[in-house]
Amino acid sequence: MKEYQTITEISGPLVFAEVDEPIGYDEIVEIETPNGDTKRGQVLESSDGLVSIQVFEGTEGIDRKSSVRFLGETMKMPVTEDLLGRVLDGSGNPIDGGPEIVPDERRDIVGAAINPTAREYPEEFIQTGVSAIDGMNTLVRGQKLPIFSGSGLPHNELALQIARQATVPEEEEEAGEDDEGSEFAVVFGAMGITAEEANEFMEDFERTGALERSVVFTNLADDPAVERTVTPRLALTTAEYLAFDKGYHVLVILTDMTNYCEALREIGAAREEVPGRRGYPGYMYTDLAQLYERAGRIEGRDGSVTQIPILTMPGDDDTHPIPDLTGYITEGQIYIDRDLNSQGITPPINVLPSLSRLMDDGIGEGLTREDHGDVSDQMYAAYAEGEDLRDLVNIVGREALSERDNTYLDFADRFEEEFVDQGFDTNRDIEDTLDIGWDLLGMFPVEELNRIDEELIEKYYPESEDETAEEVAAD
Amino acid sequence: MSQSTDTDAVREDGVIESVSGPVVTATDLDARMNDVVYVGEEGLMGEVIEIEGNLTTIQVYEETSNVAPGEPVENTGEPLSVDLGPGMLDSIYDGVQRPLTVLEDKMGAFLDRGVDAPGIDLEKTWAFEPEVEEGDVVEPGDIVGTVPETESIDHKVMVPPDYEGGEIVAVENGNHTVEQTVVELDNGEEISMRQEWPVREARPSADKKTPRTPLVTGQRVQDGLFPLAKGGTAAIPGPFGSGKTVTQQQLAKWADADIVVYIGCGERGNEMTEVIDDFPELEDPVTGKPLMSRTCLIANTSNMPVAARESCVYTGITIAEFYRDMGYDVALMADSTSRWAEAMREISSRLEEMPGEEGYPAYLAARLSEFYERAGYFENINDTEGSVTVVGAVSPPGGDFSEPVTQNTLRIVKTFWALDADLAERRHFPSINWNESYSLYTDQLDPWFEDNVAEDWPEQRQWAVDVLDEEDELQEIVQLVGKDALPEDQQLTLEVARYIREAFLQQNALHDVDTNCPPEKTYLILQAIRTYNDEAFEALDAGVPVDEVTNIDAAPRLNRIATTPDDEADEFVADLEADVKDQLRDLY
Repeated sequence: MKEYQTITEISGPLVFAEVDEPIGYDEIVEIETPNGDTKRGQVLESSDGLVSIQVFEGTEGIDRKSSVRFLGETMKMPVTEDLLGRVLDGSGNPIDGGPEIVPDERRDIVGAAINPTAREYPEEFIQTGVSAIDGMNTLVRGQKLPIFSGSGLPHNELALQIARQATVPEEEEEAGEDDEGSEFAVVFGAMGITAEEANEFMEDFERTGALERSVVFTNLADDPAVERTVTPRLALTTAEYLAFDKGYHVLVILTDMTNYCEALREIGAAREEVPGRRGYPGYMYTDLAQLYERAGRIEGRDGSVTQIPILTMPGDDDTHPIPDLTGYITEGQIYIDRDLNSQGITPPINVLPSLSRLMDDGIGEGLTREDHGDVSDQMYAAYAEGEDLRDLVNIVGREALSERDNTYLDFADRFEEEFVDQGFDTNRDIEDTLDIGWDLLGMFPVEELNRIDEELIEKYYPESEDETAEEVAAD
Repeated sequence: MSQSTDTDAVREDGVIESVSGPVVTATDLDARMNDVVYVGEEGLMGEVIEIEGNLTTIQVYEETSNVAPGEPVENTGEPLSVDLGPGMLDSIYDGVQRPLTVLEDKMGAFLDRGVDAPGIDLEKTWAFEPEVEEGDVVEPGDIVGTVPETESIDHKVMVPPDYEGGEIVAVENGNHTVEQTVVELDNGEEISMRQEWPVREARPSADKKTPRTPLVTGQRVQDGLFPLAKGGTAAIPGPFGSGKTVTQQQLAKWADADIVVYIGCGERGNEMTEVIDDFPELEDPVTGKPLMSRTCLIANTSNMPVAARESCVYTGITIAEFYRDMGYDVALMADSTSRWAEAMREISSRLEEMPGEEGYPAYLAARLSEFYERAGYFENINDTEGSVTVVGAVSPPGGDFSEPVTQNTLRIVKTFWALDADLAERRHFPSINWNESYSLYTDQLDPWFEDNVAEDWPEQRQWAVDVLDEEDELQEIVQLVGKDALPEDQQLTLEVARYIREAFLQQNALHDVDTNCPPEKTYLILQAIRTYNDEAFEALDAGVPVDEVTNIDAAPRLNRIATTPDDEADEFVADLEADVKDQLRDLY
């Protein structure tokens, strides 16, 4: 392996070096600084005689005399089942003081695209125990469902709640209550989160014993920004290995995608690329797609990769390029709402803009319950109408509204207080969720329930207007 | 994709100079613009997109990790072309016409690099039935025979448009592979079932005509209010989460085109899989045969290489044009053209071209209009008539319709189905906003609807549009003062408008019956609402309070017409109208 001491330019996270042999695009590079530190980087552009290198650990301490080694291969992640229970840094090195990792295999972290004909369409309901998700925006195995949040909102708590509670109902019966078996694993990729947030996650993982079925990658806020571009790829490579080679159902939580995109922008700016919207690189869509699309199921393989990326929308603006492009790739989104949060609703999920695109195929008879789709549609429509009327009430007051309108207003209030608000520690199964739904829909006369099949109304509609949830729950 | 086989076509090899993502430059390559080249030791497919002195810039259709300067570049000397011939229907291709099922057999579940496969099966034999005999004189484009391609479609074998034509000296009946000669001409030209055509060039036609037949979509809001013509162009812009993909898939399933070409351009993998899983199970409502037997899918998901995303719309429209040449009506759905435009932007920025608006290349508008202009109702060079209808989805960032892709698209297309996230949030599907959408085809299509459905079709459509317009205005007042403050007739209008929205405009794609609504039923539902409207206003005029008028039992049954099986709908509506009349007349 040849060593070069030919660095010509250092600029931000980039290093340019002259070479006299062909260097492959994306190849891994080691740079040794005069004081003996070794930094890793990746070839961003390779031309005859000159390469540009993006350095993961920051360019501090590199000078023109530093030596550059090209490893002749692209970035790899050592994968093994033993990674479960381990905590790694953003570049994949263990930081939990545990034994060295002996890999079964080293995998290219870029990951190839799954052939669409080899995919299996996701339709297995994942019960998260959160009514606003299970009932209204159902998550299924192999889906990518991001959480759109803002600074200061409890998205991490929600992510943890999902990681803790997520089960697939049928298997629960076979495998017992909380131990859903060795089947389920969590891969957690943290990018640029604060040490405090990281501690919260770690404490929760340890407290609930979730750590032993988790692999944790942490790139903290003070770690080099460029490293953030590899962290999610390491996490997803590990997840794919566990899912498609070892048969685990893997839930990948990536937080915070906003930091990841900032890092992309930083590299783009350093390379003096033509910027796209708001300075983010023009290829950000493709780049994000290469991460998000690594969720899914493959025909003939047992496992699955389900992704819950978290992103904080700058200024709560969902037209910002990061949430916007994300929304075009992912299969829906869960909105965390600032108003609901200040009203003390936990988890403060606003179901109206939230959406799960794969919901329709994951619910219904044999999967959840026959009435699920209709109930959810009806509640959506009713809550949307109630929400609209709130604006009107502010102007004309409740008295000016018809009885019908007042019922819708009451529904919207009760929907938030009883259906959405459940706390981060309550785990509701889908029967509970739907029964609460029926309890609320019982506020309306049967004729108003135009989204629900007549037979289902007959079967589930509460007999008296109030509090008959228990009776209904019996069937 | 066709690999060059003629040795004399291969030009001199070049050497890679630099690699940056999908853009590779090479020196000493003797190439023309848009030639297909094979890059590096692994032979990754690419296309020449810029030539500057000795330096050739290539966009590569595959991942370029580990490709290094110094590796060879081989030129095929041919532009990016598709293989055209029997076997394209019922196939699933990537953006450069590699069949995905073949790729799966070759390299498993993940898409590896450097694997090539021809677009149509070169081994398979097809039963050729000649329609010409020795001594006949044929010209370019002429049909020389047919091949039963699938259960639903007979594939016409044509003289390639770039041939000279002449007198037939030999005709080979029976089973042949696509490369074998089936018809030989006196000038030595040999006609096989396979043709090649460069994707970036429109196939020739004799004449482009004004489209006068609607593409019946089976969707009420589209057929009833904003119709699209066969050979027309439409855009579906929609912010994410507004049900764009479902709307397109419904079109692909139910539109009365002979052939459907569905391009998933930068689509989600799982969604593409749904299409791939779904279509083979679906029945063509007209023939009862599998829908796939008249469909060609092109799937280039968002994580597949960006350059192949740029080319996939061209691959799709070239295939569409080929079936048009046979005299078929082809519907092409491109979901989404924004992803295509972004692919152009991405490559343009890697080329360090001077950016236009929002970083898109300055030639964006030209490329878009070039593409949409390939749609139309054509008289083909073999005197048949065929059409290519293009429905392009647009995904405006942040739902902002003022962005360049939407704006440039709207300048070209004549039908606009504006999807609305607000409606989607309320689960009003299809979430086509009736105030913002338009169709410029209504005038030229009205005669068809009058002849084939009902004479007062245009008048009834206008009535519905008027009621909805009035509702829109009234809603603004209601927002301020509440519904009860309105005069009684306006309250009734709101009620009627509500039925138009709920019983007519809304359509449940997942309901067995409601998913497809023939124009007759579309008309019938509107007629029922209109009967209710007329009767209700009469009752109101007779002094019945509006609350009583709107409270009759029969009215909510309007919402159930859509889900009533088509053959029972007439009776259902007749009963309903009778009940509405009885109940309303009882009130005064």
